[in-house]
Amino acid sequence: MTNSPFTPGIAPARLPEEALARNFTDLHAPLDGHEALVAADRCYFCHDAPCITACPTDIDIPLFIRQIATGTPEAAAETIFDQNILGGMCARVCPTETLCEEACVREAAEGKPVEIGRLQRFATDTVMAKGVHPFERAPATGKTVAVVGAGPAGLACAHRLAMHGHSVTIFDARPKPGGLNEYGIASYKSVDNFAQAEVDWLLKIGGIEIKYGTALNGDVTMAALQADFDAVFLGMGLGGVNALRAEGETRDGVTDAVEFIADLRQADDLSTLPVGRNVVVIGGGMTAIDAAVQSKLLGAENVTVLYRRGRDAMPASAYEQDLAASKGVRFIFNAMPLEVLGNGAATALRCEYTKVEGRSVQGTGETFDIPADQVLKAIGQTLDGAPDGLKLDGGKIAVTGAGRTSLSGVWAGGDCASGGEDLTVTAVAEGRDAAEDIHMQISKA
Amino acid sequence: MADLTSDFIGIKSPNPFWLASAPPTDKEYNVRRAFEAGWGGVVWKTLGAEGLPVVNVNGPRYGAIYGADRRLLGLNNIELITDRDLYTNLEEIKRVKADYPDRAMIVSIMVPCEEEAWKAILPLVEDTGADGIELNFGCPHGMSERGMGAAVGQVPEYIEMVTRWCKQYYSKPVIVKLTPNITDIRKPAEAAKRGGADAVSLINTINSITSVNLDTMSPEPSIDGKGSHGGYCGPAVKPIAMSMVSEIARNAETHGLPISGIGGITTWRDAAEFMALGAGNVQVCTAAMTYGFKIVSEMISGLSQYLDEKGMSLDDLVGRAVPNVTDWQYLNLNYVTKARISQDDCIKCGRCYAACEDTSHQAISMSEDRVFEVIDAECVACNLCVNVCPVEGCITMEELAAGAMDERTGNVVSPDYANWTTHPNNPGAIKAAE
Ligand SMILES: Cc1cc2nc3c(=O)[nH]c(=O)nc-3n(C[C@H](O)[C@H](O)[C@H](O)COP(=O)(O)OP(=O)(O)OC[C@H]3O[C@@H](n4cnc5c(N)ncnc54)[C@H](O)[C@@H]3O)c2cc1C
Ligand SMILES: Cc1cc2nc3c(=O)[nH]c(=O)nc-3n(C[C@H](O)[C@H](O)[C@H](O)COP(=O)(O)O)c2cc1C
Ligand code: SF4
Ligand code: SF4
Ligand code: SF4
Repeated sequence: MTNSPFTPGIAPARLPEEALARNFTDLHAPLDGHEALVAADRCYFCHDAPCITACPTDIDIPLFIRQIATGTPEAAAETIFDQNILGGMCARVCPTETLCEEACVREAAEGKPVEIGRLQRFATDTVMAKGVHPFERAPATGKTVAVVGAGPAGLACAHRLAMHGHSVTIFDARPKPGGLNEYGIASYKSVDNFAQAEVDWLLKIGGIEIKYGTALNGDVTMAALQADFDAVFLGMGLGGVNALRAEGETRDGVTDAVEFIADLRQADDLSTLPVGRNVVVIGGGMTAIDAAVQSKLLGAENVTVLYRRGRDAMPASAYEQDLAASKGVRFIFNAMPLEVLGNGAATALRCEYTKVEGRSVQGTGETFDIPADQVLKAIGQTLDGAPDGLKLDGGKIAVTGAGRTSLSGVWAGGDCASGGEDLTVTAVAEGRDAAEDIHMQISKA
Repeated sequence: MADLTSDFIGIKSPNPFWLASAPPTDKEYNVRRAFEAGWGGVVWKTLGAEGLPVVNVNGPRYGAIYGADRRLLGLNNIELITDRDLYTNLEEIKRVKADYPDRAMIVSIMVPCEEEAWKAILPLVEDTGADGIELNFGCPHGMSERGMGAAVGQVPEYIEMVTRWCKQYYSKPVIVKLTPNITDIRKPAEAAKRGGADAVSLINTINSITSVNLDTMSPEPSIDGKGSHGGYCGPAVKPIAMSMVSEIARNAETHGLPISGIGGITTWRDAAEFMALGAGNVQVCTAAMTYGFKIVSEMISGLSQYLDEKGMSLDDLVGRAVPNVTDWQYLNLNYVTKARISQDDCIKCGRCYAACEDTSHQAISMSEDRVFEVIDAECVACNLCVNVCPVEGCITMEELAAGAMDERTGNVVSPDYANWTTHPNNPGAIKAAE
């Protein structure tokens, strides 16, 4: 191949294979044994530790770190998995800078929190590398639960239910389990096919069957699930995407960022993936950042993130913004897309500067064009295909308490349910808590 | 730059930092490099009697305990005295002393507790031109099984007897090195003084087992599955050594007996503390074994800066804290303090709370939003919160002024000094004259 970052249009193999391999290795290398001890030694073992409160799954962080410090990472892993069965993935993908590590007292003390995420990875990797599953299933109860979606919420729910002895069937529309762990998370956060390895390890609990390529509202109906199972949990995530509402949206080269990332995650050979010379990503969240960074790492010459509000309002954390900037991504704030220009294929994006007043964003009338042969839309996902008859709240399935929906016998959690941030760790917490509630309900009968 | 020139029992050295008798001083190569690095003196690795030298184990001889980041806090060893030929050592000592006349060269000796043995070796040592000798009555392992080292150091009569022989057959200063493996350190020091010792040095190493391998059930260091207690040294032993030094310094029988302070000295600050407690100079082993000879540069610059800042001479420093070492019964019971938490410095870890709530006096309150405050009515001023707080200077002990109310006792703080000897709760209290 002779392509380079300067090859016009959308082209694959802009970088040599070694460069691609290097770009897509672990963002944070795992800690080795000594590094883990040094990092663990920094924990103060706080009383009623603020980091625990900040973790959506309430992992007993000081305890697991002390277990690492005393040479028993296996026990540390059990402390983690007890609360968060996807502790391995969370250790890789949690925005710790806005969760546990933000709350760490050493962040207040010296701006350098204990490296909780990396320590969590050290412990969970130790156990997963041994292939042991630390939990045992309770005797079978004869109760059955249907779980829709094999993403973090569905998997956490299914595991907890299986542990309690119930039989779980997971229905997922896609051919592989993991949800966005498999199709969405940035490559460099989850290398070596970790998402699949984690699901295989999780399923060792037994009592969970997954039916792939089986969509609710297509292949199975809500009525059938309600009839055939003692309870139903919906963890279907947000399958839809928002429309851009800019002219020229249908030109070649305009894609959803989520789709672009899914293709990237599923590619066996990164050098076959086409990417633009001039990429513009529209949006300001984690998806926008991930799409921008990965475009750059694939070899795009210019990558720009266009966000319609100011930097302070950007949902992506300062840490993520810095990460993107360090990879050479450029940010344009207070600007919105007007029209994708081009003749068939996109060549440029016409944008307009904005003025933000309270919640409203208005164009100022001043416009500019930026070269764009690829436009990635990262302007939010929406609930898609929720069963009829469920009360919604702000476009998501309305839930109360531990994920109870408006239908009796139906629970929901994760991105598709109201409340909580759209994060892997939140999905795990909600799936787990719903499972406990389901367990309580179906054990009564 | 303060003048660090030291005169310890007539032995001059450019600074008060000597290397203790141990591997760093085991041979000419080491000692020359130590002097080049700036050490003021050395006590040569302990010599044994003429004949076949002792042998060391051929497996590991050290064990260790660590603090955070594998910082070595304590070292233990099962090494014996020099395992090199006596005459080789003597020739080397002579050569090095001749080349470094301004440095202190002390020869450590350990031979059987017989007059003939001492009478034989002392003239050989005298001939090296070394500045003095140190009697190793401290080695707690191996040599003590053969009736030497700590086996002598634990019997004051032997110490006195051997010291006397040395003063008789050797013309220069004699330092007696004491073992800490004894109940009352004043007794061997008194014996050394009676025997005519010019000084004592302390401490030698402490009997210890640093760890047990929980797979093989062998103490470490393990020699073919078995371990033997070793001698403990390094930063961890400093508090024990300093207490012993101060006991000798303030004991009426031994007051004024020069002391060479040893045990865990790692920085200039450690050295200054030993000297304030009465040591005329200091000796270092583990710190050099951990970091190399270069640490002496920091000791020199640090002590010098400190003396300059205080406007003190080295002699002024020696023994300056001794008058403040007293018995518990004389501590002022009218000195009342309370813990104070600086909210600006507090990082809200809650360790003070856990410590006080679970194990002390329930004198720290914790609010919903993690504000930690001292409850004066409960605080006994134990200092535990200060000790466990990870932020230096965040919790302090503030003295209550005379006339203030101690909310815990309901008493007004008295301006007068009063101790246990006159306290009403003391059955043996000395009644003030009516
Ligand atoms: C690009 C991107 C990057 C992200 N990066 C991070 C990150 O770094 N850190 C972080 O914490 N979070 C990140 N997130 C958010 C995180 O991935 C989600 O919050 C999390 O995956 C939500 O889990 P879930 O189980 O609710 O849904 P999902 O992970 O979306 O799983 C839903 C599952 O349901 C299936 N499904 C959907 N509809 C149906 C149906 N009708 N019938 C059957 N099955 C169906 C899907 O196939 C999927 O397997 C990112 C999200 C995106 C899009
Ligand atoms: C490996 C080793 C060997 C030692 N050998 C001797 C010795 O031969 N003679 C002696 O008097 N002290 C010996 N010591 C004791 C040291 O001289 C010193 O008293 C002790 O280590 C305490 O000082 P430190 O804490 O600075 O190490 C030895 C210590 C160590 C670590
Ligand atoms: S799960 Fe995430 S938020 Fe919780 S402790 Fe682990 S890394 Fe931190
Ligand atoms: S807040 Fe930080 S120091 Fe305190 S327990 Fe949590 S990780 Fe440890
Ligand atoms: S130990 Fe110190 S830092 Fe921690 S809560 Fe108490 S006062 Fe604050």
